[in-house]
Amino acid sequence: MTPRLVRIELPAHLRTLAGVGHEVTLQVEGTITQRSVVDALEARYPMLCGTIRDQATQQRRPFLRFFACEQDLSHEPPDAPLPDAVAAGTEPLIILGAIAGG
Amino acid sequence: MSKVRVLVGTHKGAFVLSSDGKRKNWDVKGPFFGGWEMYHLKGSPADPNRLYASQTSGWFGQLIQRSNDGGETWEPVGNKFAYDGVPGTHQWYDGTPHPWEFKRVWHLEPSLTDPDTVYAGVEDAALFRSTDGGQSWQELSGLRQHGTGPRWQPGAGGMCLHTILLDPTNPSRIYIAISAAGAFRTDDAGATWRPINQGLHSQHIPDPDAEVGHCVHHITMHSSRPEVLFMQKHWDVMRSDNAGDTWQEVSGNLPTDFGFAIDVHAHEPETLYVVPIKSDSEHYPIDGKLRVYRSRTGGNEWEPLTKGLPQRDCYVNVLRDAMSVDSLDECGVYFGTTGGQVYCSADAGDNWAPIARDLPAVFSVEVQTLP
Repeated sequence: MTPRLVRIELPAHLRTLAGVGHEVTLQVEGTITQRSVVDALEARYPMLCGTIRDQATQQRRPFLRFFACEQDLSHEPPDAPLPDAVAAGTEPLIILGAIAGG
Repeated sequence: MSKVRVLVGTHKGAFVLSSDGKRKNWDVKGPFFGGWEMYHLKGSPADPNRLYASQTSGWFGQLIQRSNDGGETWEPVGNKFAYDGVPGTHQWYDGTPHPWEFKRVWHLEPSLTDPDTVYAGVEDAALFRSTDGGQSWQELSGLRQHGTGPRWQPGAGGMCLHTILLDPTNPSRIYIAISAAGAFRTDDAGATWRPINQGLHSQHIPDPDAEVGHCVHHITMHSSRPEVLFMQKHWDVMRSDNAGDTWQEVSGNLPTDFGFAIDVHAHEPETLYVVPIKSDSEHYPIDGKLRVYRSRTGGNEWEPLTKGLPQRDCYVNVLRDAMSVDSLDECGVYFGTTGGQVYCSADAGDNWAPIARDLPAVFSVEVQTLP
């Protein structure tokens, strides 16, 4: 399968940590899933390891969400294909920090 | 002329405060890692420009940052803290078994001799060591697995390993403390451990004299006399003259013996500092007066130090890692508050002045004395 160019939006703290802008574009091999995209993201920006998924369990951190195409995909299985628009690079996968504070 | 560098960890970033030996005029740099909880920063005694910092967040987990230039620039290093083997369980707040789960790094203690070796005290309580400058971490699991681990229970702040003391005369001896398990010592570089809590008396546990379960807040020592330890327990200020084998209370005439921070004068091993806090249900000073207490007798006899500190309407706390001393000829004493003030006394506590007044809540203060 030809690698795809996938767009990813990161929360502000992770942009600062990785030294990137609002959105990054990555080449992702195989089926475009949450796991394959985050794997590619961590391979390109190793300082993000552990910040999106727990190091031990590889589970999504509870205060982060995965949005795309106006859907909350956070509870989808990590190996489920992401929407075609994400795989085609026309829509980003948005990694979002939960709103909290006061 | 000597200089001092004060590393400050706060609720929303880290700050580096620098001054010459007069300690009057300060340069404040930061925030570094703005918005992140900076539990602790500490420099290597073997290379003062090598700094380590614990950067953590409820959203993004744990990072470790390293600087090779005294805090001018930083780089993230390894952040994988994997417990050795099957972690097992400790007691939860309700007494039921609860699996060990890594949450954050509370304290970083660089080796006294090797800039690339550093220890990390973590929540849920365990001790990790890196020998490659923080790139990779291995648990010294003899501590967690020595036998009493399943009986450990978190304090209100979590089950954290918050204190690490390296014996400067014996590389095989390390002391650590855990809330709310107590103090422990290894004499074989971390392979085996034993509780050192005899003499502690804690009313908040069913057996007040139990082997483990004590809420030790902080321990300190003077490097010239590492077998003498001073402890701020939840309640009680304690002293051991035999490397923790037994403890005696030295709270003496303190107005309250609850508190978090405790430290020793750089040149006078019997001169101690604590910040009495009213109670465990009121985490602020008595009567709105921020007072450091000094003992010049190794405990029991204490004097309040108030000059330059707020003596009305002050309701801040001083956390366990938020006090430190420099080693200039006239010992400087420093502490930070949950109100965002960092105070310095350039004369061993007689007079105080704020270095910074409006930082985020201060978690930790560490001082480096530089040539």
